[in-house]
Parts: sequence; C-alpha cells; structure tokens
Amino acid sequence: MQQLSYFELVGFGPNGWGWALLTATGMTLAVAACGFLIGSVVGTFVAWGKIGGNLAVRSLADGYTTVLRGIPDLLVIYLFYFGGSAALGAIGSLFGAEGFIGVPAFLTGALAIGIVSGAYQAEVFRGAFQVVSKGEIEAARSVGMHRWLMFRRIIAPQVLRYAIPGLGNTWQLVLKESALISVTGLVELLRQSHIAAGSTRRPFDFYITAAVLYLIITWVSTYLFQRAETYSLRGLRRAS
Amino acid sequence: MDFSFMRDTFFSLLSGVPLTLNLALTAVAFGAVLAMLLALMRMSGIRVLDAIAQAYVFVFRGTPLLVQIFLIYYGLGQFRPTLQELGLWTFFREPYWCAVLALTLNTGAYASEIFRGGLQSVPHQQVEAARACGMSGFLLFRRIVFPIAVRQALPAYGSEIILMVKATSLASVITMMEVTGIAAKLISQTFRAVEVFVVAGLIYLILNFAITRIIMALEWWLSPHLRRPPAVEPRLEAAHV
Repeated sequence: MQQLSYFELVGFGPNGWGWALLTATGMTLAVAACGFLIGSVVGTFVAWGKIGGNLAVRSLADGYTTVLRGIPDLLVIYLFYFGGSAALGAIGSLFGAEGFIGVPAFLTGALAIGIVSGAYQAEVFRGAFQVVSKGEIEAARSVGMHRWLMFRRIIAPQVLRYAIPGLGNTWQLVLKESALISVTGLVELLRQSHIAAGSTRRPFDFYITAAVLYLIITWVSTYLFQRAETYSLRGLRRAS
Repeated sequence: MDFSFMRDTFFSLLSGVPLTLNLALTAVAFGAVLAMLLALMRMSGIRVLDAIAQAYVFVFRGTPLLVQIFLIYYGLGQFRPTLQELGLWTFFREPYWCAVLALTLNTGAYASEIFRGGLQSVPHQQVEAARACGMSGFLLFRRIVFPIAVRQALPAYGSEIILMVKATSLASVITMMEVTGIAAKLISQTFRAVEVFVVAGLIYLILNFAITRIIMALEWWLSPHLRRPPAVEPRLEAAHV
C-alpha cells in the first residue's frame, strides 16, 4: 500500500478523514456548550447560596466549590460514567433487566463538565456580584422591585457584564476538559483522532491535526469573548 | 456505605500517592526552569525571542493536556526509526517520561505567564535604587528583582502547582498507576463508583490542602516586612517619678 500524503489523510477525499474529524469537532463543541450551560445554571444557584444563604447553605456551597476545584476532573467523569451505569443497573434490576446498562456518554460527559465548571462559574458570578454597586440594589428596592424583577432587570445584566472575562476563562477550561470525555467512548475530536490514528497507523498526523483544531476553537472563542466584553462595556466610562 | 471496603480502598489508593507526587513535583521543578526561561524571553525586548515564547504559550495553553500527552506518547511512535537512530527511543518508549515531558511543557507555558506578571510587578524605584547603588546585571536580578517577583507570583504559582497535581491524573490514561489510575481500575473491578470516588477525592483534597498550607507558610516567611512587628514588652517602671 502506498503511503498517503498528509493532506490526503486529513482531507475530504475517498481515503480522507476530513468529514469524520469535522463531525467530531462539532461533537466537541456540542458537549462543551451543553456542559458550560449546565455549569452556568449550577453556578448561578451556588453563587446565590454563597451570597444570600444562611450558614448551612453557605457552607454547603463553599464545600461544593472547594471539593470540585480540588479533585481531578477525570475522577468526576469516571464517577458519572460508572456511577450512572451502576445506578441505572440497580433501577433496571427492579424491573427485571439484567446486566450492564450503559449511560449515554454524551449525557454523562455534559453533566460531569457542568458539575465541575459550575464550581468555577459560581466563583466568577460571586466575584462579579460584589462589583455591582450596593446603591443600584437599594435604588431598585426603593422603587418597589421584587426579588425576581430585581434579579432580571438589575442584577443579572450587570453581573453578566463583569463576569464575561471570567466566563471566557471558564469556557476555555471546559473546552479542554471536554477532551477527557473521550475516555468514556464519546466520539469527540480526541476520540476520533485516536480511532483514525489506530486504523491508519499515523498517530502523529492525527493528533497534531486535533491540536490545531483545538487551537482554532480556542482562538476564535478568545476573539468572540473579547468582542462580547467590549460590547458589554459600551455604556461604561473607562477610568484610564 | 461499606466502611471496610472504603478502608481497603483507601490503602490501595494510598499506594498511588508517591507516583502522583513524583509526577507533579518533577514536572513542576523542570517546568519552573522552562517558565523562567520563557518569561525572560518575553521580557528580553528581542522581537524574535518574544515571538517564539508567545507562540509557545499560545499553543500549549490553547490545546488540551490530554492531546499533548497523546501527541508525545502515541504520536511520536510514528517516527520510531528516526528516534531509535538518535537514541531517544528509550526515553519516549516510557509512559513515565512521556507524562513528565507533557506535564513539564504544559506547566511551563502557564507558569511563564505567572512569572512574567511577577517580574513586571517589581517597582521601578527598586530597580533604580539598586542601580544607584551600583548593582547591575545578574546581581541586580538575584538580589532585588527575583525575590520581589517570587513573592508577588507565589499565590498564583500555588494554584498552578495544585492544577499540576490534578493534571497528573491524566497520566493514568497512558497506563501510569497513580491515584486516579488505581481508582479507575478499582471502579471497573467493583462497580462501586461512589465509594472509590469519595476516597480518591479525599486523598486529592488532603494533598492539595497540604500544598496550600506549605505555600501559605512560604508566603508568610517571604514577607516579614508586611507583618506587624512583635509586641514590645511595656516597661514596668513609671515614666514620671
């Protein structure tokens, strides 16, 4: 068999892996985006608990962020993947099903990423909330806004404005973390490269391609977050 | 929860701690040298060196560590004949050295930015004062710039060390049996994910707590000028007689 050139290998021709790699890149983006959104929801509630909770809620929230930021992400992914299968198996055996029930890798991956990034996002939101001036909140209360309305009109927009740089960092973390989900067999970018590397015996070519694709994604997202930051600050006067 | 199972798990996982610490500390030590080099390149004012360091940091911070590990461990296998000729194959054949290399290259990129921040935070007056006393070059760096920069960079560098301890878990993917590797093996043997997870998580938390404490102690030791002076015993005799 004649050796394919690099561009035939990763291209879109009959022997090329181009489409497979592109689909896998889409999968990486999808699982990272889902995980990031789950993390935003988790992070919002945890930040709320840290700011406004009583002692019990506060220590629970502090414990959550400390623990999830202190243990490796890979362990959390294993917990969700194997723990989820074990739990499903236990439920299944109640209904007479037997043996191993696999949890969808996408679901466990997105949940694991969400739970981990929730801890980081909680800290980002908490930090951003502390920048929102107390006068704004007092003013909102004095015109008779209730909690939800105040959250929606006053707190959320301002917290988001100050949280954008931190959220950008978290998104980069999430993106890189999504590569770890390949251990559960989800065919995202790294897994697809692994498969292609195994079947063509050209590991370097495929892993370097994966690295370049990841670089493009992080580069584009850095740019987009910078744009979002300038846009969100358009009404603010810069002290320079 | 089954406590005797958790106790057994704890002791099996404990046997992975030396490897975890070994990987993390080796990578941090080599990575610190690399990071210092990169930070000095960025601040050298020589455009070529600056661009090289910037590109290096961009590449290693923009790609997942697992991709870097696979690239070194599996990817370089594609050039096995060449590497064998160069006598480097014995190095790249070992998963341990591949993991150490990937972790070192990775932490070098992150830490160089931390060091650069520290170096840039050194007040100009200090450097000027040192120059006025006749210091220059390496003496100035060793006595004035470096100590101040280290003190500034230490908190951020502490988080980087903790990130490294967490990152060693990825070495389990290339067959290294450190704490996460043993945990994964136990989980797939026993299917008791929650118990193993709790014990493994506890071990990592203890490790990271210890590192945080050590860094805090270092910070305290390095900043005597920020501490309150020790209380002076008041003199007992009356001031006026």
